Amino acid sequence: MDNILSNLIFLPVIGALIIMALGRGRERFCRGFALFVSGVVFLLSIPLYTGFQENTSQMQFTEHIPWIRGIGASYSLGIDGISLPLVLITTFLTVLAILASWTAITSRVREYMAAMLFLESGMLGVFCALDLLLFYVFWEAMLIPMALLIGVWGGERRIYAAVKFVLFTMAGSVLMLVGILVLYTKSGGTTFDLRAISEATLPRELQTWLFLAFFVSFAIKVPLFPVHTWLPDAHVEAPTAGSVLLAGVLLKMGTYGLVRFCLPLFPYAAVRYLPAISALALVGIVYGALVSMVQQDIKKLVAYSSVSHLGFVVLGIFALNAQGMNGAILQMINHGLSTGALFLMVGMIYERRHTREIEDYGGLARVVPVFSAFFMIVTLSSIGLPGLNGFVGEFLILIGAYRANPTYGVIAATGVILAAVYMLWMYQRVVFGEVRHEENRGLRDLSAREVAILVPIVAGMLWIGVYPNALLNKSAASVNGVLSRIHTERTMAVEGQRSAVSDQLSVKPGRLTADR
Amino acid sequence: MPDVNWTVIAPELVVAASALLVLVMDILAPRNRGVASAWVTLAGTCLALVVAYQQWGNWGYGFNAMVILDKYATFFNVVFLTGTGLTVFISTGYLRREGAGRGEYYFLILCATLGMMLMAAGTDLVVIFLGVELLSLSLYVLVGFTRGRAESNESSLKYLLLGAFATGFLLYGIALIYGAVGTTNLQRIGSALAQRRVENLPLLLAGTGLLLVGLGFKVAAVPFHMWAPDVYDGAPTAITAFLSAGPKAAGFAALLRVLVSALDSLRPEWSAALWVLAALTMTVGNLAAISQHSIKRMLAYSSIAHAGYVLVALTAMNDQGVSSALFYLFAYTFMNIGAFAVVILVSRRGEEGLDLRDYAGLARRNPALALAMTVFMLSLAGFPPTAGFLGKFYIFGAAVKAGYVSLAIIGVLNSLVSVYFYLGVVVNMYMKDPTENARPVSVGPSAAFATGLAAVATLVIGIAPSWCLDLARETVASVLM
Repeated sequence: MDNILSNLIFLPVIGALIIMALGRGRERFCRGFALFVSGVVFLLSIPLYTGFQENTSQMQFTEHIPWIRGIGASYSLGIDGISLPLVLITTFLTVLAILASWTAITSRVREYMAAMLFLESGMLGVFCALDLLLFYVFWEAMLIPMALLIGVWGGERRIYAAVKFVLFTMAGSVLMLVGILVLYTKSGGTTFDLRAISEATLPRELQTWLFLAFFVSFAIKVPLFPVHTWLPDAHVEAPTAGSVLLAGVLLKMGTYGLVRFCLPLFPYAAVRYLPAISALALVGIVYGALVSMVQQDIKKLVAYSSVSHLGFVVLGIFALNAQGMNGAILQMINHGLSTGALFLMVGMIYERRHTREIEDYGGLARVVPVFSAFFMIVTLSSIGLPGLNGFVGEFLILIGAYRANPTYGVIAATGVILAAVYMLWMYQRVVFGEVRHEENRGLRDLSAREVAILVPIVAGMLWIGVYPNALLNKSAASVNGVLSRIHTERTMAVEGQRSAVSDQLSVKPGRLTADR
Repeated sequence: MPDVNWTVIAPELVVAASALLVLVMDILAPRNRGVASAWVTLAGTCLALVVAYQQWGNWGYGFNAMVILDKYATFFNVVFLTGTGLTVFISTGYLRREGAGRGEYYFLILCATLGMMLMAAGTDLVVIFLGVELLSLSLYVLVGFTRGRAESNESSLKYLLLGAFATGFLLYGIALIYGAVGTTNLQRIGSALAQRRVENLPLLLAGTGLLLVGLGFKVAAVPFHMWAPDVYDGAPTAITAFLSAGPKAAGFAALLRVLVSALDSLRPEWSAALWVLAALTMTVGNLAAISQHSIKRMLAYSSIAHAGYVLVALTAMNDQGVSSALFYLFAYTFMNIGAFAVVILVSRRGEEGLDLRDYAGLARRNPALALAMTVFMLSLAGFPPTAGFLGKFYIFGAAVKAGYVSLAIIGVLNSLVSVYFYLGVVVNMYMKDPTENARPVSVGPSAAFATGLAAVATLVIGIAPSWCLDLARETVASVLM
């Protein structure tokens, strides 16, 4: 159990190096070994779930090795109830992504599998890092494998999409770097450890600037309107497995950053900017849904739906109450499952017909019934049908948002309706009705490998939908920890106002009326 | 008998002896085509490195307090000698290909190295000037070494004319400072200023300004950078590699020592000037590199931009500022010479194959070389976990600590801009197919060794930088004495 997090992070790296060294020309070895390594990593992450203590918000499975003594940076890892589900979804989706690439990737398989494993390493590092510099290193380091995945094995406009992805994300990251440096300097300049820095109280003016520096970086990643424009290009041009990991994990890093850094470290600024950020989230929900509705390309539709769904997550986070935040964390996992599954299914149908246009399909229900059945379940999960995972997360977020501000709740609820519109309409045009094109008549139904990919996801959807406490229990304590910091800040603000009011109402000798 | 103290300049003596040995060998056996000279140069460089390493921690003045041996000088000696060693490795194959393998090449490289070491060790403005001149004259000839090519001759002449002009500025600045203070010894200038014994302050300020211009030319800071793209482009690529690393570090070594030892009391004046220089240099360098087609010119402008980052560290000029500058210059030697090594290997005889399009599909043609180039490009752009990232992190941290947050923001935004053109090379190598006339890339053993060493060093310094950072921090105490 010792060093389990380091093992999780570095096993994929070692696997990737082995593949690079031994895999030239041996495609089957590359695929099989990559699957083996990612499977081992997934199995290794299960003890994190079973051994997790639910009643504390402290970091668990921690490791600490001094790294750069001169500046106080350490190799510091740990997870709590917020990062645990994200680690699990990362290891889970990577296995499925590698399995999904079995027949889709035919050239330069060795480099592809190595890039996937490097990416997994980077993603796990981001979620486990407790040291600001280490977090930043992992945050940046996983950009390059993702850019390579998009740019080498992607679609037609892959180079444009890959470069756009890198530049957009880096634009936010470099500002976050200055934020980290200022935070480090102002909190004593001795350590980058997150837990030590959170002890320091920062002046409000400084909190505001630092919050903005960090927020920009995470907002681009989420992506929040209006810095979301890299997402459709990246998602559409990426290969299937790339889209799965991009939507399933990378986008969550933005929301994870908001919960891990922006809220606990800069509570004053978080409360102050709450209305603006909630407004952006709501715009994302509604705008993302409306744009999805008019898409012709299925992958682009799913991409914009991600903008909409993650708007929900951000709204839940900034509801600043237990329901909203727990719902947001749960919804991060749900979105990973449902949108990951959607991309997988689009990939499967693309491998057969080499088109993603809704127009080119129609009436698939009769030709590929197994595919259509799975597609239905996944669609319903994305919409938020009760019984499946999406419902629990969305419902919690809506309750939290409504409690925070009824208007937000109402506007967000329209997003649920719109989601049903664009998903079901797409499903109807693709699966139901008559077979409009002759090419669709001869499609093969799902192979055993493809079913093997989808069954675990659907099982997860059902499990979380019926027993969401499996995940909610883990995150509850940590969410309370974050919220307590916000409430301290809010209490201080309220008390500040109260004392200002009582000063105004103080009775002065000779005057019995309140001062103006 | 004046206080000479030869042990203080022991590494310099080794380098000088090797230079003379190479010269004599070349006269006596001109047919050796430079291979034996290369070996002697390498041996001399390694010996000097060993001597310098032994000297770490020693301290002493020499030549009547005109030269010093301290950790600062030793650190820079190691940086220069590393650059020279790597250059020798990449030069042998290159010179053979270009048909310019003569012994004078190595003699001049050793002379240039000697000049650099004097610049770092000098505690008197005249000695620093000597070092500058020795370095510059050697470089003027080296830049024009492939004399069959018109561009090489043109670059050499440009460098000579502009360099002579800048040297004039430098010398006049030294003269004005001497006129104001009465001495050229850095320590005595510093104490005179600190005790307010200088009457003619405007004269001193003018001298400082001219000194900044002269040394700014040497490190190719904006607006004294105009020579750099043309000279880097026309020079033989091995010399471009040498130029981009060692002389730049030497210029900074001299500038740092002068500013800290002699002109510390004028800090408000020159830190404002350096702020402007740093911001301009980073911005102009990065913006101009975006539109380049030739990889040599792109790397030339990137070199200018990196000088800008080091200027940020000099602007901060706190403990972390000085140590981050030294760390960055050391890491920069590896990543830049490594990048130029790959440029040499991908290009062909007669300086063909230097367009960015010639890198298309390099990942398929020579995966190891493409991987090495990716490491160098990512390090120059500042991606973790490379040395370039930690260097920039450390420099911007120093700027933030000193209160220059806006300069740090300018710096990181420039890093963002630079990602575009560095990533462009990576995109070409991995995401595009080779062009029809792409020839196979052959890699000689010495060049392969240099490239591999540079790539490994870049990654190692990026992942485990403590040894290097701590050494850089130890030098700060000695230079601030």
